[in-house]
Amino acid sequence: MPSTYVLNMNDCLGNNPIACGKCAEACEQNAINYDDHDEILTREIGAIIVAIGLDVYDPTEMDEYGYTRFDNVITSMEFERLICAGGPTAGHFVRPSDQERPKRIGFVQCVGSRNPKIGRPYCSNICCMNTIKDTLLLADHYPDVQNTVFYQDIRASGKSFEDMFQRSKEAGTRYIRGLPGEVEEDPETHNLTVTVENTTSGSLERHELDILVLSVGVQPPKDLAKISSLLTLSKTSDGFFMESHPKLKPVDAPTRGVFFAGFCEAPKDIKDSVCQAGASASRAGALLNTGRIQIEAITSRIDEQACMKCGQCAAVCPYGAINWKKGEVAVVVEAACAGCGACGATCQFDAITMRHFTDDQLIAQVRALLELEPQDKVVVFACNWCSYAGADMAGISRIQYPASNRVVRTMCSARVSEEMVLEAFRCGAPVVLVSGCHYADCHYINANRQTAKRMQRLWDKLEKAGVRPERLQLEWISAAEGQKFAEVMRQMEELRKTVTMEEIEHTRHALQPKHKKIPEKKTATAGAR
Amino acid sequence: MVAPKPLEDEIRIGVFVCDCGLNIAGAVDCAAVTVFAKALPGVVCAVRNKYTCADPGQNEIKDAIRAHKLNRVVVASCTPRQHEPTFRQCVREAGLNPYLMEMANLREHCSWVHPGNREGATRKAMDLVASAAARARFLQPQQELSVPVTKRALVIGGGVAGIEASLQLADAGHKVVLVEKQPSIGGIMAQLDKTYPTMDCSI
Ligand code: SF4
Ligand code: SF4
Ligand code: SF4
Repeated sequence: MPSTYVLNMNDCLGNNPIACGKCAEACEQNAINYDDHDEILTREIGAIIVAIGLDVYDPTEMDEYGYTRFDNVITSMEFERLICAGGPTAGHFVRPSDQERPKRIGFVQCVGSRNPKIGRPYCSNICCMNTIKDTLLLADHYPDVQNTVFYQDIRASGKSFEDMFQRSKEAGTRYIRGLPGEVEEDPETHNLTVTVENTTSGSLERHELDILVLSVGVQPPKDLAKISSLLTLSKTSDGFFMESHPKLKPVDAPTRGVFFAGFCEAPKDIKDSVCQAGASASRAGALLNTGRIQIEAITSRIDEQACMKCGQCAAVCPYGAINWKKGEVAVVVEAACAGCGACGATCQFDAITMRHFTDDQLIAQVRALLELEPQDKVVVFACNWCSYAGADMAGISRIQYPASNRVVRTMCSARVSEEMVLEAFRCGAPVVLVSGCHYADCHYINANRQTAKRMQRLWDKLEKAGVRPERLQLEWISAAEGQKFAEVMRQMEELRKTVTMEEIEHTRHALQPKHKKIPEKKTATAGAR
Repeated sequence: MVAPKPLEDEIRIGVFVCDCGLNIAGAVDCAAVTVFAKALPGVVCAVRNKYTCADPGQNEIKDAIRAHKLNRVVVASCTPRQHEPTFRQCVREAGLNPYLMEMANLREHCSWVHPGNREGATRKAMDLVASAAARARFLQPQQELSVPVTKRALVIGGGVAGIEASLQLADAGHKVVLVEKQPSIGGIMAQLDKTYPTMDCSI
């Protein structure tokens, strides 16, 4: 609720030209300024706290509770307005159909929560305690009410929560374990009848009520996707923001300098939101206090002698970090380079060195992994932010999968060059998987588009060389998708079993470079073991 | 006397294989991995630790760097997403450029996902160590670019979390820009009447 009046431009008849102007006439202070307009402000920033909150679940789709059909079925948010002294009824709790005070009040828990059928498997955290609070408020205001709560489990694990739960029971609230299957309305009285299977007693019960409050859950705010792509953040499977580490860095985003506070990271109540806000402020403050930060030395370098001035690298850089003009050598602006490696994988003239993720280093890894019994192994290129982290998540969750995979980490899937994939096949890999972030979640804006393009070229190449293209696979696996990583590994193992020794031998020869592209030096040193 | 070949003879890798208590050693034959590592090209010492990240483990790395004149370090333990900063700092303290340290992920990517397959897990662990050691031979010291941090924070969202974070930052003397898409701050909390557990007003 704004503390001063604002014009709600969605409802105003129009200010350009002024269609009605009554408000300006009525305002003696001449405070209405129709010429005020949105402005874009630019500020330099050293740290960001993302606290974009939540959206409340809209129960319209759960028609069995009759929210759209019956006047006296309301949401817990609507309840808040009806019980609030500053609300439309000045805090007198009346029901919508006849403005009478209801005596038999029902609450349904988990509306839009813990329900995988509607894609909302998580617990919203706050609704149990909110309902308990509501029953206490009602019992306090109106000693004659009968509150009935329909629930699956009551989660009252916070400090002094159990005490509140007990007080609610002592105040006469009935707790019935079981969610209503159906709600009917008497068209005359507008009273409601709720049918519920009481799972404690095992009996089917009918309860007549004057009003039913749906204890609605919460969901990630709809702006989350926009903020997520602006700041290159990731989401967990329930759609909230993913933190850097669940125990060790619970308020840090994987993107440096970005921190989370409140609901947008996971459902939590006011106290926890305040705690997390404090933690975020302290993390952000520490960063601002340091004055300077070190940038990881993983940026791109261009060898001006080797550069053939083709401009390919500048075309693929998602950050515009490469300056190139026709006929000139390309130059990297180090402070702008994020180190994805898309340029390094694109340059056909070996002119780019990705510091700490060089061709030599990555090819040496591939060769070492495949030195012994390559036919038993699946080579997996995994990007640091999503699929490598997804594999970590599989580990943290102890999800088992076949031990045939061998992971090579790159910062971005766009770093994986054609040469790396071909070299894996030449070394005898039956299956190669390139994996990265889901399309919209790329940590490097959209570098993974280059991955997709390169894979297409590689599939064409393999096909031409008479190699089954499906032996090269592409998967997008997020940091939260440990399950998916394990599932993909199982599929890769099945695929591996279909690859014969003859195929592998044929591939080794079919993919030999026509003109030796890898300089002798690298081959010699890397192959020395 | 023949002059020593430049690259090959200069590489001196130390490999540190971590048990992580039983987290890794429970599923991987760490003793066998250590023996295997010792025979890899460029490796001059291979050590098995119970907990490499703990002080005794880190000291062992530092001592070995000095004793064996190591110029590359491979830590075969957990995910670099957890302990890369720890071990980079560790080798730095022993005088090595932090980019000369490489990790092999034997825990999240191996022991934790292949319990009950000791042979498969051990083979995989050996490959991961071989891969890290092969990569280590090509590692180069790197200098990090240092950039100034603008001393101003942005808080996106003016609900209870955003307000609290802004106030705390401001109390600590930082400039804060708070953005809110609605005409007023307060968010969802301002739409509530009383809040639990104290049953007092939300605003
Ligand atoms: S792609 Fe390679 S050769 Fe082409 S401009 Fe970039 S660095 Fe130079
Ligand atoms: S493409 Fe990636 S690595 Fe290359 S300059 Fe741009 S940001 Fe840096
Ligand atoms: S270094 Fe990693 S694997 Fe080793 S004890 Fe520490 S946490 Fe465990």
